[in-house]
Order: sequence, then C-alpha cells, then structure tokens
Amino acid sequence: MNSTSVANEANYLKYKGKYKGLLGWIFSTDHKRIGLLYLYSMAIMFSVGVLLGLAMKLELLAPGKTIMEAQTYNATFTVHGVIMIFMVVVPGLPAVFGNFLLPIMIGAKDVAFPKLNLLSWWFYVAGVFLVLSAILFGSGTPDTGWTFYAPYSFKSGTNLLPAIFGAFILGFSSILTGLNFLVTIHRLRCPGLKWTKLPLFVWTLYGTAWIQLLATPVVGITLVLVALERIFGVGVFDPALGGDPILYQHLFWIYSHPAVYIMILPAMGAISEIIPTFSQKHIFGYKAIIASTMAIAFVGYLVWGHHMFTAGMSGTAQYYFSLLTFLVAIPSAIKVFNWISTMYKGSINIQTPFYWAVSFIFVFMIGGLSGLVLGALAANIYVHDTAFVVAHFHYIVFGGTGFAFFAAIHYWFPKIFGRMYDKTWANTGWLIFFIGFVTLYSPMFYLGMMGMPRRYYDYLQEFHGGNILSTIGSWILVTGFVIIIVNLVRSASKGPKAEMNPWHGKTLEWTVPSPPPLENFDEIPVIEENDGPYNYK
Amino acid sequence: MENEKHHIVPYRLYIFVLIALLALTFLSIAITGIELGSLTVAGALAFASVKTFLVLRYFMHLKYDKPYIVAMVIFVFAIFVVTIVVTFLDYLYR
Ligand code: HEM
Ligand SMILES: [Cu+2]
Repeated sequence: MNSTSVANEANYLKYKGKYKGLLGWIFSTDHKRIGLLYLYSMAIMFSVGVLLGLAMKLELLAPGKTIMEAQTYNATFTVHGVIMIFMVVVPGLPAVFGNFLLPIMIGAKDVAFPKLNLLSWWFYVAGVFLVLSAILFGSGTPDTGWTFYAPYSFKSGTNLLPAIFGAFILGFSSILTGLNFLVTIHRLRCPGLKWTKLPLFVWTLYGTAWIQLLATPVVGITLVLVALERIFGVGVFDPALGGDPILYQHLFWIYSHPAVYIMILPAMGAISEIIPTFSQKHIFGYKAIIASTMAIAFVGYLVWGHHMFTAGMSGTAQYYFSLLTFLVAIPSAIKVFNWISTMYKGSINIQTPFYWAVSFIFVFMIGGLSGLVLGALAANIYVHDTAFVVAHFHYIVFGGTGFAFFAAIHYWFPKIFGRMYDKTWANTGWLIFFIGFVTLYSPMFYLGMMGMPRRYYDYLQEFHGGNILSTIGSWILVTGFVIIIVNLVRSASKGPKAEMNPWHGKTLEWTVPSPPPLENFDEIPVIEENDGPYNYK
Repeated sequence: MENEKHHIVPYRLYIFVLIALLALTFLSIAITGIELGSLTVAGALAFASVKTFLVLRYFMHLKYDKPYIVAMVIFVFAIFVVTIVVTFLDYLYR
C-alpha cells in the first residue's frame, strides 16, 4: 500500500473516533462497524430462537404433554417465529454483509446516508426490546403465531400490542436499509464501475432493496390496522362489524411473500460470489443471473395468494396465484443451473465456504421443489397447515438463507476480522450441522403428508417415530452450531493473521487490507475497460 | 457523479398548484353529495389521483428530475395498481 490518509492509519476495528469503547461502536456511523453491530445482535437473537426451537422439539418428543402446556407451546412458536423471521432472516445478509461489503464492493467510502444507517440499527434494537417486553410484561406472551392472523390477533387476551409495535419498528429498520442501499448503488459506484460490472451480490442487494422499500410499508399499515382493531374496534377485519378477516391475510402476504425474497435473494447473491471464487472460474451466465434476480424480485410481488388457497378465496384468484407461483420457480432454477455450470470444469478449491455453498444448493432445491408441491392447488389443500409446510420453509429459509449466511461468514471472516478460523473445526461443524439439519426437517415432510397438523403441542400415536427422529436431529444440529460458533468466536481474536486475499477472490473487497481501514480505500479505485468482478484467466 | 441542474421554480407556480389542490379537494367532497352509487368512490379516487399527480410533478420536482427517476416512480405505481387489481380477482369473483 502506498500513501495512507490520516483516517486510514488504523483499521476499522482499532480506529478511535469521538467516543471510546462500546460507545465508539453503538454511535459509529462506519458501515463496517454497523455491519458488525448487526452481526452480534442477530447472533444473540438467533441463539435465543434456537433455544426456543429446541424446547419445541423436546415437547414433541412424545405425544401428550412432555415439558410444557399447550398455551406455553403456542407462545413458544410465536416468539420463535417472530424472532427468526423479523429479527434474523429479514435483516439477514443485507444488514450484516450488505453493510460491511456493499461500499467496498462498489469502491465507495461508506453508504450514501451513514447516519440513517446507524438509525436503522437503533430501530432494530428498539424493535427487539419492544417484542421482548411483550413476553415479559402484561397479560401473557403472544400466542398468534408470527403471522398475527385476524380475527384471533385482535381477540387474543395476550399482550400483543408491544409485539405488533415491535414488528412495525423492525419494518422501519428494514425500509431505511433498503433506501440507503438503493441510493448508494445508484450514486456511489466508483468511476468505470458500470451496472454490468457490479458483483452479483450487489445486484441481489439492489433487487432486495426495492422489495424492502416497497413491500414493508404494507405490513406496517396492516399491523397498525390490527392495533386499531384491538384498541378501538374499527371493524376492518372483524366480521362482526362488517370487516373481512381474509383481507388481513391478503395484506399480510402482500408483504410477507415478497419478504421471503428479501430473505433469499441476498443469500443467492452470496452463493454467486462464493461458487466462482472456489471454482476459480468466471461465473457462468452473469447476465442471466442478474435478469433472474430482477425477475424474482418482480414476480415475487404477484404470488402472495398461494398462502391462502384454503382460506376461502375465489376460484379465479386461486388459478391466477397458482399459475404465477409456478412461474417464480423458473428464475430460481436458472440460478441453480448457472451455479452448477460455473463449477463444471472449474479448478475447485474445496474449503469451508464451498461446503456451505454446495449444501446450500442441495437444501435449496429440496425446499424450492416442495414449494411447487404447495403451489399446486390440489396438493396444497392436502398439506396446507401441516408439518409439510414447516419442512418446506425451514428447508428454504434455514437451509437457504441460514446456510448462505454461514457460507458468507466463513468466506468473508478473514476480511472482516483480519484473522483465519480453524478450518478443520469449521468443516467438522458444517458436517454435523448438515446431518442434523436433514435429520431434523426431512421427517416433517413425511409427517405432514401423513396428516400431522402444524402448531400443536400434541399428536397422534402414529406420528411418534418421525417426531423422535426429528427431535434427535435437533440435538445433532445444535452440536454443530455450537462448534461453529465457538470456532468463529475464538478465531476472531486468537486466529492466525489472515492475508489480504486468502481465497483469490476477484471482487474489490479483496484489494483492501484485512481488516479494511476506516475509509476502505486510500484512493477511490478506477475500473478499467477490461476489469470485471470475476476475471479469472 | 455528474452535476445536477438546479431549477428555480417561481412562487407563482406553487401558488397555482396549491389553489388547484384545494379546488380538487372541495370537488371530491362535493361529489359525495351527488347520488352516483358505487361510482362515488371512483370519482373521489379520480380527484385524488389528479392531486397526487400534481404533488409529485411540482412539489416533489419530478418535472425537473432525470427521466430514470420518473420511470422509477411510474414503476412503483404500476406495482401498486397491479397489486390492487390482483386482490380484486378474489373479491369480485368470490
Ligand atoms: C420455488 C419457490 C417457492 C415456491 C413455489 C413456494 C411455495 C410456497 C407455498 C405455496 C406456501 C404455502 C403453503 C401453505 O401454507 O399451504 C409456502 C409457504 C412458505 N414459504 Fe415458500 N415457496 C417458494 C420459495 C420460498 C422461499 C424462497 C422462501 C423463503 C426464503 C419461502 C418461505 C416460505 C414460508 C416462510 C412459508 C410459510 C409461511 C407460514 O405459513 O408460516 N418459500 N411456500
Ligand atoms: Cu409465499
């Protein structure tokens, strides 16, 4: 590195600004520190969510009451869902890796609105505390499920208002991040970095940002309506007052289906970075991947009704939603084919991130194909609201977004912390986690097809075997999880120093030191005609 | 990136737009007085749409912005309209 500007003398982890210690973090407007703030807060919430999930699996180890009452079980799956969806996978990769990497990947010093970025994190924390207060105080923990379906959500005697308000605030956090990223990508690309030279992760952040900005306000308004219904009985959703509870489902899924693409698109983006790096080959079908990203983001707005096939909607709407649901599968499949073609004849360098990435493709395909089963009208009536749906979305949200998150943390860890983790332990953790995952969720496909409903603390004797297997899977999975976390936490401070570009990546973040200096670049890079994100010879 | 052009908009224009908005508001109230059945809502929405257009174009400066920003706004509205139409695939055929 040549001349270093004053701000860039220390790396971003060591840099001392106006405040010291913890304050220097929670008031920092540096995109990299904010990314880590999200990483730590989401890791805490994820761990809480995992514990609640383990508790539910333990309850389902045997029919009847095992460790908790029915009401406690209802509260447990509600809080588990709210935490995992609104506090983990929706902020997900954009909040952590988007914040950390987006400016570096486009050759900028920070995002367009650094203070707004910090505000997003504060909103996140406020949302978390509001939801937690719903658990700790008042008339009982919410028990509606993460979907807050009307009419139960305004009839339930539990302490729902703070939870609803918390989800509302978390939505704002998401909107602000989306807005920030949109402006950043439009305005702050370094000279020569054309749209067709953006790394694919940036493209997926772009598609995601649009969804965050356009879909999230819908759920915000819907939640406000539920609150008004509870407090004043305005009668929008209450049939007794002339309202329509199905309208709630429409509004909720108008957000929440696009939201599943908020979760999965950046995950696909991270995989699209990792596969070429470890195949040491140019990504196959760069433009096709971009087109499919934007197609998913767009068509994703138009299929929400597939969550409501059995709710009593019109036949016309059912046909429409089923048809379009099948259409979204096409761009997703395009990506899978592109990843596989990228690996074909590559010189594959098998490392931990690559293991996570290929297992991502495996579980994502099972999740996606089971989505098609659910999208078919006749099959849906049979398996809707059974364990099959739970298996589907865990395969795709946990197996998709979750695996991609682990792939990403193992890929960018040396860049973020400037240190390398222990690869043997990382691989061991991955293997155990993967085995646990498959053991935990696969039986649920079977159980659902046999008719075991979701969201019950009890089941018929005939479902016992599958449930035992699934619960054992949860123990295996958590063993892998602990290994992974301990390895990463230890290595962040004790691991051997990492090089600038340990995996031979070709995107801009690998051209700056590990960990990056405060303002990323001493001089804003200039992209030449022949430079590109995946220029492998 | 490139330098932006700055437009100085005369106050007169803003006042015209304001008067137009107020007039349209009164019109949309007045229309509820006429017996039009279900068309009343359509009428009120039509006035609201014209008002939205005026606000976006003048107060929010779309008239003076680059075409791609205009395209984005149109795109967002298109999604909004499609979402409503699709919802009514359920309500109208139930
Ligand atoms: C090929 C793509 C996909 C198809 C065709 C599909 C289809 C479906 C359908 C039809 C349902 C409703 C099942 C029912 O309740 O009867 C459903 C539920 C669900 N899907 Fe997907 N899906 C796909 C991808 C995804 C992705 C990418 C995610 C998230 C990252 C996701 C997350 C969910 C969730 C969370 C639910 C359950 C929500 C709940 O009721 O609690 N799906 N999916
Ligand atoms: Cu959906």
